[in-house]
Amino acid sequence: MSQYVIETSRLTRYFGPKCAVDQLSLQVPRGSVFALLGRNGSGKTTLICMLMGLLWPTRGSANVLGDDCRRIQPATRGRIAYVAEGHPLIDWMRVSDLEAFQKSFYPNWDGGVFRTVVEQFDLASNARASAISRGQRAGLSLAIALATRPELLVMDDPAMGLDPVARRTLLEAMILLTRDAGHTIFFSSHILDDVERVADHVAILDRSVLRVSCPVDTFRARVNRLTLTFAGLAPPAPNIPGLLEVRREGNELRLTLANSSAETERAIASLGAISMRESVLTLEDAVIAYLGDRSRQVSLLEKTREAGVIQ
Amino acid sequence: MGFEFDVSPGSGNPIFKQIADQVRLAVATGRLKPGEQLPSVRALAERLVVNPNTIAKAYGELSREGIIDGQQGRGVFITPPRQIYTKTERLRRISPLVDALINEGLSLGFSSNELVESLQQKLAKLTPGGGRKTL
Repeated sequence: MSQYVIETSRLTRYFGPKCAVDQLSLQVPRGSVFALLGRNGSGKTTLICMLMGLLWPTRGSANVLGDDCRRIQPATRGRIAYVAEGHPLIDWMRVSDLEAFQKSFYPNWDGGVFRTVVEQFDLASNARASAISRGQRAGLSLAIALATRPELLVMDDPAMGLDPVARRTLLEAMILLTRDAGHTIFFSSHILDDVERVADHVAILDRSVLRVSCPVDTFRARVNRLTLTFAGLAPPAPNIPGLLEVRREGNELRLTLANSSAETERAIASLGAISMRESVLTLEDAVIAYLGDRSRQVSLLEKTREAGVIQ
Repeated sequence: MGFEFDVSPGSGNPIFKQIADQVRLAVATGRLKPGEQLPSVRALAERLVVNPNTIAKAYGELSREGIIDGQQGRGVFITPPRQIYTKTERLRRISPLVDALINEGLSLGFSSNELVESLQQKLAKLTPGGGRKTL
């Protein structure tokens, strides 16, 4: 059994002239809770669709549970659960119909898990899928996914549009799945507090390119932020190795850096600041530093102040 | 099992550190006593809704420091106090934190008396006499 449940190699997908996923090589360890982060349009859904065999790569390869994604065998598919973006369901079916329908495809169907999750979301078994709330749609999709006792659970932005209570239940369901040793969750999200709670690995897609893929703690440890104070106005930020983000305000220069090296330290020392302090970064700060536009040195708020739009 | 953990994501302090810090503080102030049991990794992960690996990492750190002892199948317990670091080693560990406090304090314009005072006030708030002798 491979150590990785998902492995891609230079996976690439174009839509016409537009590159949606660019030479992406990713490995998802078995048993991990793996969060895929990235801005809207960065290629997350395209990647997930390719992994699930719903879209074919333009170039490169992807394997899921050992099968080529273009030819996932029915037996392998039975070990994977996929919760698509927006929780699509067969709308004319009732909760009980959906269970009967889904159950027929999965030999390991666990009716107890299905009922428990459905009850947690206050769903009656005769409720029609077209008539339930968004949170309940999420709950029903999740119940179907978890009842298959999947070896690999893939979810595309499962928290989208959920209220805080439904979101917490979603997280609980994810923790529940980790009771089965060696089972893996691969999910995309924008909610970093949730990611921090449940994920142990993180990948960041930025404009079709994979920029980070590592344990969450490693990611946090290698991004740091320094604030330099100068006697006069802060100089523009020069080329510093590992620089992710720069903010200049008055006599202060705030640098967010990844993988600081001796070279980074030398470059910073040469700026001639009169003092320097290191501040603590939240996971969200670190992710935003990765996803922001590196050429942009002022925030929207500073810009409006400078332009006199808002006092 | 009475000890209440409290984790907040979105802080600069990773969750595994928040948990380890809370146990360290509770032991230092006597709120957690030697022999007391902590929830298992699985139970605490489910109670706090965090990844079990995060809890395991916090417990691993505490266990390496000799604060807790996990006995396979029996549970996780607070260990009786014992000195695991030499005086020199303890000074080496605390010194960068003291430096940081002094630097930040002075650059914020506090006098040395004010810094000492605020430190004393904080210490006085902790249960007096309940702490471990080792800390």
